[in-house]
Amino acid sequence: MRGDAGVPVRLRFTKHGPVRFISHRDVARAFERAFRIVELPLAFSAGFSPHPKVSFGPALAVGYESDAEYLDLELTREVDLERMVDAVSDALPEGMAVTGASSLADRAPSLQEGITALGYAVELVGVAPADLGPVVDAFVAATAVEVVVTRKGEERIDDIRSSVLALARPRPAEAVVVVEVATRPRTLRVADVVNGLRAVSPDAAALEERRVVRTHQWIERGSARHEPLDVDRRSDAPEGATRALEACA
Amino acid sequence: MSSLWPRIEPLLARVEKPARYIGMERGSVRPDHHPEKVAWLLLYPDAYEVGLPNQGLQILYEILNERPDAVAERSYAPWIDLEAELRAHGLPLFSVDTHRAAGDFDVLAFNLSAELVYTNLLNCVDLAGVPVRAAQRRAEHPLVMAGGHCTFNPEPLADYVDAFVMGDGEEVVSEVTEVVGAWKRSGRTHREEVLRDLATVPGVYVPSMYDVEYDGPRVVAVTPKHADVPAVVDKRTVADLGDWPYPKQQLVPLIEVVHDRLNVEIFRGCTRGCRFCQAGMITRPVRERPLEQVRTMVRDGLRRSGYDELALTSLSSADFSGIDDLVGGIVADQEGTGQVSVSLPSLRVDAFTVGVASEIQKVRRTGLTFAPEAGSWRLRQVINKLVTEEDLYSAVDAAFSQGWRRVKLYFLTGLPTETDADTMGIAELAKNVVAIGKQHTKGASATVSVGGFVPKPHTPFQWFGQNSVEELRRKISLLRDDLRRSPAKLRWHDAEASFAEGIASRGDRRIGAVIERVWRAGGTFQEWSEHFDLSRWLDAMAAEGLDPDWYVTRHRTEDEVLPWDHIAAGLHRDFLWQDWQAALAEHGLPDCRWTPCYDCGVCTGYALEHVVAANVPPAGGSQGTGQDLAAGSTVPVRLLPTVRGGRDREARVAG
Ligand code: SF4
Repeated sequence: MRGDAGVPVRLRFTKHGPVRFISHRDVARAFERAFRIVELPLAFSAGFSPHPKVSFGPALAVGYESDAEYLDLELTREVDLERMVDAVSDALPEGMAVTGASSLADRAPSLQEGITALGYAVELVGVAPADLGPVVDAFVAATAVEVVVTRKGEERIDDIRSSVLALARPRPAEAVVVVEVATRPRTLRVADVVNGLRAVSPDAAALEERRVVRTHQWIERGSARHEPLDVDRRSDAPEGATRALEACA
Repeated sequence: MSSLWPRIEPLLARVEKPARYIGMERGSVRPDHHPEKVAWLLLYPDAYEVGLPNQGLQILYEILNERPDAVAERSYAPWIDLEAELRAHGLPLFSVDTHRAAGDFDVLAFNLSAELVYTNLLNCVDLAGVPVRAAQRRAEHPLVMAGGHCTFNPEPLADYVDAFVMGDGEEVVSEVTEVVGAWKRSGRTHREEVLRDLATVPGVYVPSMYDVEYDGPRVVAVTPKHADVPAVVDKRTVADLGDWPYPKQQLVPLIEVVHDRLNVEIFRGCTRGCRFCQAGMITRPVRERPLEQVRTMVRDGLRRSGYDELALTSLSSADFSGIDDLVGGIVADQEGTGQVSVSLPSLRVDAFTVGVASEIQKVRRTGLTFAPEAGSWRLRQVINKLVTEEDLYSAVDAAFSQGWRRVKLYFLTGLPTETDADTMGIAELAKNVVAIGKQHTKGASATVSVGGFVPKPHTPFQWFGQNSVEELRRKISLLRDDLRRSPAKLRWHDAEASFAEGIASRGDRRIGAVIERVWRAGGTFQEWSEHFDLSRWLDAMAAEGLDPDWYVTRHRTEDEVLPWDHIAAGLHRDFLWQDWQAALAEHGLPDCRWTPCYDCGVCTGYALEHVVAANVPPAGGSQGTGQDLAAGSTVPVRLLPTVRGGRDREARVAG
């Protein structure tokens, strides 16, 4: 829940190239610094050690790239979102850029509460593109896919099939799958999906992820899916600064 | 040469903290290499998180990249996991800026800030594909150079480093570039030629140009092989810090590092005269940065970096003339731009200093650190850290009353003439500090950090025999027993690591083979307790037929040739010896910024002078000097023009 006084804003940003090796925490620090460089009028929490009101969506694993990361922040006054998008991008490390912003309605659910699904493009090695088709088909056809997952340091066997909302091969000539995973009851990791692919087919034993790009995050309301910048917009908000989502690599 | 990035990138997915190796910090550059330009690889031979903030390296990085005839990139010791991957894949050490192979640079220049990183230097040279021993390198190999405080005794690495640079690097780095550039353009044939030329650059020591003579275990002479090679190599000193407002673009790392904040050096050198402190002795005289320049560097640095934390660095920051004006100005400059937390590392122990600290640490008032260094007034006179008990208690009282809840106290043990009563004085001070704190707040706490004293070259204590591991342990356990039921928490440094540091600190050329053995046995990252093992060092000493106690715990005599006597920090040997005798007689020595020059040799020998904004001591009573500072004097200082509030301060001192 957001305070009444501030101006809540949602940003979408990307993470590409070597900067993908920095952690979620490092990303947060990079934004804090960028916001100070551009002198953004951030709202601060009250209390003994005030901190800026910034909150992020689901963490991205170190080493993964992303076309679609999100954060919410609260400003003390309205700013020109279009100009802010450019200024913050310039102040961020190379490989990170803000690609959209929207004003949020008061009391919009947080990203952590709202995001229901995550989309990835996963480049695989250890399998020929031609052999990948049957593996994907077997996974999709399966009613249950059991893999060993690690949760809080403990290993256990889990059926992950129902958490994989979609799985497909966009380009038959490449060893790439696109996958959409649910965040409820808990967020399924890409590594677990790859384990699942290995589990459904003996041909996939040597399969490993090489490059992973998070391409989308979705918020599901009722039966409709929305891009996080498109929901909970403030009704009287000035024209948004959303740019076309860059095509996934 | 091409970037190794495509081959390194897949390895990074398998190592801890891969962002250590990607570069791309704000302020970093990807310079264009050119056959005519001298390519420097500046290396800090420890983990990225420790090395990145090093200001000396960052200063040289900027100065070199500003030159049309040079390029500079950076590298740090790859952590053990990446080293294994690199070796398994036949990949060399690389720069973090453009991921170029280290062996493609003309100079590998190491910053040596601690002795225990020596094995990492060897490892980095080896990973670069360069022979670790200087004698085995050929014309095609990079020159291996080193600078930094540890190089004031270069001998342990003399067979491994081609050339050392003594003292401030700002000017000499350009002179070295010119020599190396000329050699490169002339076809870079004979290595001997460039080394010979480097040996004639003031401040540069080329160990292969010297013969060392021994008589049994003793060094009896170090003599140049050629007439044009200096018998004594003098350090370099930048006369005026105001000419060098670097770093202008302090690097902002993408991952957390130590001292992760904007660091602005407000002065260099220190004449407090603490006898254990090598940094203070070898960086004389005091050179303050002009106040307006500090303010500009702070303002620009904060705006450019996005940091909300600032440190005004020096060896004793509260001694900066007009420190209260400076911090007042900085606080005013930041008004309205958000919360900036300012710290003064190496706080002087007195209430005035706490007042300054409280002015600037309005937010996050968590802990304050004081370093009385020894447990009794007697011993503090021996080490010339003239903090009275009253100074400490009033500082602590001021700290707790102004809202701090935690105080850290730093001490050394194993100091010359130390008795058990002195050692126990540490516990007593700690208990009293907690008691003072409890008068202000129930949650008051104190942490006591105790380090084992390691005597350092070019200090009055260079003749002192270090305490053995057992003796240091015994002293620590006295403190542990005494503080067992006290709320003061005790932390101590590993006595075994202090012993290894002792071997390297005052070692001679023969210690090089010991360092090489420790490295070959896998002893890298010796600064990290989980990787340190004294038995590697002792085994190596035994294998070389060297007696550790002879190097570490033995007292030296006045007539003995010390292995670093041919390196000069400007301090007269006579001065150091007299100061050592004064220490044993428990005589303190005043600060020569404010009382007459006692001719330690630095200003007089190098035609330098203190550069300060005021030749009166900062306000506030004894100032943690135990001296009558109102005495005033004629001192060889050059006054910086105008300092606001200067008259006020004089009035306060007089009154
Ligand atoms: S030469 Fe004199 S003024 Fe200069 S540092 Fe030494 S004692 Fe101080």
